[in-house]
Amino acid sequence: MAKSKSAYSTPSKLGKIDTHIIVVWVDNEASVLSRVVGLFSGRGYNIESLAVAEVDHKKNLSRITIVTTGTPQVIEQIVLQLKKLVPVHNVANFKREDKKVIFKEMALLKIVANSIKIKKALNTCKKYNPVILDKTNKSAVIQITALRREIDNMIKNLKPLGLVSASRTGAVAMTRGAEILN
Amino acid sequence: MPKLYSGAEIVFKCLEDQKVEHIFGYPGGAVLPIYDELKNHPTIKHILVRHEQGAGHAAEGYARSTGKPGVVLVTSGPGATNVVTALTDAYMDSVPLVCISGQVPTHLIGTDAFQECDTTGITRPCTKHNWLVKDINDLPRIMHEAFEVATTGRPGPVLVDIPKDIQFAKAKYFKPKKEKKLNGKILNKFNQKEIDQLVDLMKKASKPVFYTGGGVINSGPKASELLRELVALTGFPITSTLQGLGAYPGDDNQFLGMLGMHGTYEANNAMHDCDLLINIGARFDDRITGKIDEFSPKSTKVHIDIDPSSINKIVKVDLSIVGDVSDVIKSTTKTLKKKNLNLEKSNKQKISKWWQQIQKWRTKQSLNFINSNKIIKPQHAVQRLYELTKNQDTYITTEVGQHQMWAAQHYKFNKPNRWMTSGGLGTMGYGLPAAIGVQVAHPKKLVVDIAGEASILMTMQEISTAVQYNLPVKIFILNNQYMGMVRQWQELLHEKNYSESYSEALPDFVKLAEAYGCVGIRAESPDELDEKIEEMINIDRPVIFDCHVDQAENCYPMIPSGKPHNQMLLGPKDQEENKITGKGKSLV
Repeated sequence: MAKSKSAYSTPSKLGKIDTHIIVVWVDNEASVLSRVVGLFSGRGYNIESLAVAEVDHKKNLSRITIVTTGTPQVIEQIVLQLKKLVPVHNVANFKREDKKVIFKEMALLKIVANSIKIKKALNTCKKYNPVILDKTNKSAVIQITALRREIDNMIKNLKPLGLVSASRTGAVAMTRGAEILN
Repeated sequence: MPKLYSGAEIVFKCLEDQKVEHIFGYPGGAVLPIYDELKNHPTIKHILVRHEQGAGHAAEGYARSTGKPGVVLVTSGPGATNVVTALTDAYMDSVPLVCISGQVPTHLIGTDAFQECDTTGITRPCTKHNWLVKDINDLPRIMHEAFEVATTGRPGPVLVDIPKDIQFAKAKYFKPKKEKKLNGKILNKFNQKEIDQLVDLMKKASKPVFYTGGGVINSGPKASELLRELVALTGFPITSTLQGLGAYPGDDNQFLGMLGMHGTYEANNAMHDCDLLINIGARFDDRITGKIDEFSPKSTKVHIDIDPSSINKIVKVDLSIVGDVSDVIKSTTKTLKKKNLNLEKSNKQKISKWWQQIQKWRTKQSLNFINSNKIIKPQHAVQRLYELTKNQDTYITTEVGQHQMWAAQHYKFNKPNRWMTSGGLGTMGYGLPAAIGVQVAHPKKLVVDIAGEASILMTMQEISTAVQYNLPVKIFILNNQYMGMVRQWQELLHEKNYSESYSEALPDFVKLAEAYGCVGIRAESPDELDEKIEEMINIDRPVIFDCHVDQAENCYPMIPSGKPHNQMLLGPKDQEENKITGKGKSLV
């Protein structure tokens, strides 16, 4: 590599990159999502998935769940930078491996195939709480809830069984036991 | 029934309640109702700039020199986009600004109306927070909140975007409430245990150094006093960032000078070799740290900052104390005094070896340059300016480049809020409008913009503002006909390929001054310099001082890219002595 001629320092060794789930409680107001997302894009952080909806109409609170990757230093920065945003009330941060927290994603899968294949498809999904939301002679819409990688696998496995379309949410998170997040 | 006020009236009532005396702005279609209301509020003086960027920088100069928030008023579309550079500058350097922008009427938002732009979208990354006012009833709350956000915690710019129909609409007005805590954003989270830890580290240290920054200035003049007390009490050496200059007296023996890329040899070596580094209100900027992996390798690091996100952002520290600098220093001093006990003496003995080492570094005299009696050396010009203005309370602003670094190196500041420069963003064109803002706040004081001829041309039009309000700012141009810092890097890094860094067709600055209706002075040789500077100081009108300096002069010392603090490139004198001219350059 050619010697750097930049006036800026050269990058030092990167730390280990982990996947984290960040939960953010925000005022449900115009442009709040763009502030959060803009912070990520502006500072070069990753977003693997994002889920957001109002959770408390009276207090006008929304809950944003973001799956992100980064070195411990980057993750710490993400949390601290988020806390600086005016409409942000609280930020929680979990490692994906954290046993105390439940993470779930939902997917709607459309299968177009004959009834045998649809049955097979349903059978393939049975570990992931499949619910049939719509069914015709040659199609079905199945809802499953699972982890990201499990859904990735399902999509792969269902392709030969007639999967034509998949729609997925980002992950949402909840602590186990009586403990609450906010 | 309570009285109803128009949006424009509410804006001014808020400004009055926030004790705003000056606003910097430029009118346009979408703010005309606010401008129409101006005449009814005699306590608020409007300064008409020539470009909205100038309004922003002027407000920055005003804010930095007073500690009060600067207020900017601009129109929609180009008015708002022109102020973006100044907002970003204020964001990087933590300057409190409240920018009010007009917007097209609510029903036209999103239709690509005339002079419409997504102002809140564009300014989101360069403000602490911004608001688009869609309901007149929200306006009083938002205005007060804007001031609150701009001035609390780590200060910074905010923007309130007000559509034209909201300016006409009517609503009740509320005075500012004792604000509820802004989601825990007002931070003073430290406890006595952390202070005890710090004091403990201070007692154990044998090679300590204070590294202080703009946070001390932002914490108010009281913080500087407290810092001086703490430094005197401990006997520790102290160095400062560019933005922190003035918090500690520049001519004091315990002061090592500025640190960083163009900092002194002793400051940078002290940073590298110390065993205790106490960062007070600075942020480990990349121009300070050099190569991160080799930054101050042997030290225990303490970071005192009001912004928790500054901590461990770049350099991992051993002890972090989140809080307002004044409060932290006050507690530290109190604890020190309580626990000890004749500290001054015991400490001085303990660190006397450290001071001997520092004295050795000092003998390098890293700020030295080879003076000339034929041609004005830029460093000499700054030194003469300092000597001839140090007897009065002088405010210095700068543009960005070599002249800025020479000003930081050779002008010694004794008080906070006297030094206004664009550090984080490095905005050429900052100095003149900033000087205007400073002069508005301090009409009787001497305000000098130490400038470069390339920078000054970026916001030259603002001299017209200075003339209009008879603001006697002094524009001291170190004219070397080059973008000097660019030229220097090209010399050292790009085999002297001076690509586009020479300005072929510069204006005659003396004639230009006359054309603007101010005074032009030119100095071309060292023997006339003093006399001309004195002439400049004595003129009670804006002056453009065209000081022709050595075109080839480089700014030393310097830490080359990717190098740690103890591998500095020293000036030509030292290079000759050590015959490292060639090698030194390949170091870069």
